Formats: sequence, structure tokens, C-alpha cells
Amino acid sequence: MSDSGLPAGVERREIDGETRLATRGPPVYGEPTADGWRAWDPERSKLGGMFELGFETGLSGGETVLYLGAASGTTVSHVADFAGPTYAVEFAPRPARDLVEAAEPRERLFPLLKDARTPRRYAHVVERDVDAIVQDVATRGQAEVAVRNARFLADDGQLLLAIKARSEDVTEDPETVFEGALDRLREAYEILETQRLDRFHEDHLGVVATPR
Amino acid sequence: MTDTEDDAEAGPGAGWFAGGSSDDQGALRARIADGEADEPRDWPGLAVDAGFADSRDDYYDRLHEASVAATRETVRERERADDQQLVHAVRAFDDCERTANELAERAAEWAGSLFDDAEPGIEGARAVAEREPDGELERRAVSLASRVADLADERDALAETIERTAPAVAPNLAEMAGPELAARLIALAGGLEPLAKKPSGTVQVLGAEDALFAHLSGRAPSPKHGIIYTHEYVRNTRPEDRGSAARALAGKLTLAARVDHYSGERRETLHEELRERMATIRARAEEGKDDDGSGGDTTADAEGDA
Repeated sequence: MSDSGLPAGVERREIDGETRLATRGPPVYGEPTADGWRAWDPERSKLGGMFELGFETGLSGGETVLYLGAASGTTVSHVADFAGPTYAVEFAPRPARDLVEAAEPRERLFPLLKDARTPRRYAHVVERDVDAIVQDVATRGQAEVAVRNARFLADDGQLLLAIKARSEDVTEDPETVFEGALDRLREAYEILETQRLDRFHEDHLGVVATPR
Repeated sequence: MTDTEDDAEAGPGAGWFAGGSSDDQGALRARIADGEADEPRDWPGLAVDAGFADSRDDYYDRLHEASVAATRETVRERERADDQQLVHAVRAFDDCERTANELAERAAEWAGSLFDDAEPGIEGARAVAEREPDGELERRAVSLASRVADLADERDALAETIERTAPAVAPNLAEMAGPELAARLIALAGGLEPLAKKPSGTVQVLGAEDALFAHLSGRAPSPKHGIIYTHEYVRNTRPEDRGSAARALAGKLTLAARVDHYSGERRETLHEELRERMATIRARAEEGKDDDGSGGDTTADAEGDA
């Protein structure tokens, strides 16, 4: 795989004797580093997994990003390293504490303690026409969250979504769950690419979409 | 979540920086935490136009400072959200509900003697409260009905508070049980710490104390579930599997309470394990249908709840 699919600011670097995805920034969670580059573990990050699997993410670096489900900031810290202004939405206070620590040294990372299901509560902070929405929320109704947040995305923007089958319904076959989620998604988005992330994340579907 | 849709009377909504001078950090933080808008706009551009920031870069610098400070503060506040406040809220909710219903009966009885179309219940009381009273007695009856409506409103407001507070106090428990049941379990145990220290068998029958003591004095079979009966996993499982379902749920609820009390982090595996366990238990009903008459619950009882 060539690196042409990677945005500027994301590179494959030699770290601890292995070639790994990496971004440049202050370390966040004790990840291995070399020459100021921090390894981006695709097993701990859905977006990292999507890069490893060669998704056409449409990201080239410097974008304005809305990140939904930022948790402790593991992935969003890498995003802020290569993107432009990055809004990080997380609902649970405990992980948000770590998110704030990750955001503090990153001047264009804005942490928000908000529920991604109620965009109203952060629409007074997050600007419109962001270039990309990255979503990794582990609650039921993941497609619904993406649809509700479509209002933030520019017409030619990208939605990069990881759908976790088990968050929707453990009893259903993952494929059935994904189909249902994609159907709901199609009401607001055109699906550009889907691929299972199982190599790194079991029963997850990676989705790239753009507003209809 | 209907508040994300229509509800446009709040106006187009202003940005977090509106109205605040750029020096008033406290007010800006509060706006980030509590403000809202119907639709996002080009906030950086508007902030520059409004003179809040000199340039987009300057705007982002300010937003960074304010959002880090606001989120840090809210996190601290939410983490301090205390289980005892939740206990007060859920008990007050119950009192309001009980009192509203009792008083609604009284109000309906009275109103029925004065007006032809008085309906029973809280909705009936609301309708009576809207009436234009005529004379002393009607005035009292209508006034009583409006107290009922107020109490019912207070109950609804308390329910919303519980809905919002429970996930902050006990994120895993609230996700697993739903905010209301989580609050009730905490209230029954007397707090999150006492709940975290209870064995799962006790959690399983919390709220069924009468039945439990009847059983302990040899008068009755052991109760299968207490308040957790209200959980969908128990209630919507067929009766012969409800004991298993209640035991599995109680086991995970206990673990959730412990994680919440001792670590406070969300632990996804816990929720997954429960979902899988419930899927297995419910699959028994399907199997039962397939090979009919195979002697009921022959499934080896290898629950091993956590």
C-alpha cells in the first residue's frame, strides 16, 4: 500500500523497530514515540484502522473536524495533530478529564462535554461547514447520531464513521445491523465506501460518506 | 431527544461569545457549558465581525482557552455530583408522584360534584385547573386541582434531573439499568458505596424485602427479583427464564456499581458481556420452541455470574 492515501501530517515511521502510523505532537497515553512522532495504534483507534486498511478518507491535512465520541482523546489527539481546528465532543465526565489534558497542549483542539445525540447543545460553539465529521460513539442509534450531526458538515465534506454492531444489538447478525444502520444513514448521506474493520476491531464497519 | 428537531421559537441562537466581553472568562465558560443554538453558523467569521476576536486565529486561541477551561470545570463539577443528591431526588420524585395521585383522586371527587365533565386522574386535574371558578367552593376545588398539576410538573422535573444526574454519578450503572432504575438501586442501598459493597444476590432482591423475609422465616419461596424486575431484560424474558435473567443482570449491575464507585470509567466490556449473556438466555426460548416437549429447563445451569 502506498502512502498516497494518508493526509499530510500522518506518516509511516520507524518506531521501536517497527514501521507504524504516526503523527507529530505531545504524547497522550504513553504511546511509543521517536523524533517527536507518536505511534498511532490502529487497534486502539477506529480511524487509525481505517487508514491502515487504505480507506479513501478524503483527508489531506489541515481540515476543520468535528469528532464525536472523543473518549479520553486517544484518536482525536492524532486527528488534531494533522488536522486544523478540531472540535471534540465527549459525553462521559471521566474520560473527558483525560481529553482535557490531551487538548491543553494542542491549540486547535477544543474539548466539549456534550451529548452527540443533542447537537443543539453545542451548535453555539461548533462552526458550520466543517470538512469532516469523525464518529466513534458506542451507543445504540449510531446512524441516527450521524444523521443529526449532518447539519455541521459542508456539502462536499466527509463523514468517517465506525459502526459497532454490538452496540446496536448483540443478538442480531452484524451484517443485518450494518444494513439497518446504512439504510438510516442514506436518508442524509451518500455512502462512498464501506469495509469491515475486523482486522483491528471485531464486528465494526468503517464507513465513508458525504452529504446528499 | 425531540429538542434537536423543531422547537425554533428560541430564535436562531447566538454563538457562545455573544454578549460576553472577551475578558469575562467566567461568563464565556458558562456560555460554552450551558448555551445552545438551533443551527451552527460561521462562528469564527461572526466573532471577528462582532469584534470579539481580531482574526480567525485569534478566535480559535480564545475558543481553545475557554473550551479547555469550561470543560475542565464541568468535568470537575459532574464528577463531584454526588450519590446522596441523587437519592434525595429519587425519593422526592416518589413522594411527588404518590402525593399527586392521592390528591388527584380527592380533587376529582370534589370536581365531579361541581362540574359535569370532570375526569379522574392527573390529566383530569389539569383540565379542572384550567377552569374559571365561580364562587368560593369552585375556587377551592379548582385551586386544589392546580396544586395537583404543579406537583405532577415537579415530578416530571425531578425525573429529568435524575435522567441527567444518574449518568454522572454512576455511568456504567445508569447505562445498564437506565437512569431511573440506577437511581432507585442507589437509593435502596443508601448510596453508591453501599451498593458497590453488596453481593449480587442482595442486589437481585433489593426492593423485595417483604418477600425475602417471608422466605427467610420459611413462609415463602425465595424471591427471584426485586426492583430490577422493571428492567426490560427481566420483564420481557419468559417466566421460566426470569430467574436466570435476574441473576445475570444483578451480577453485572453489581460489577457496574463497583466500577462506578472505585474507578468511575465507562467499561464497555461489561455491557457487552451482559448483552451476550442475555442473548444466550433468551435463545433458550427459541430452542424450546424447536424441540418441543424436551422436558423444560434442561439447559445446564452454567450461569457462573461474574
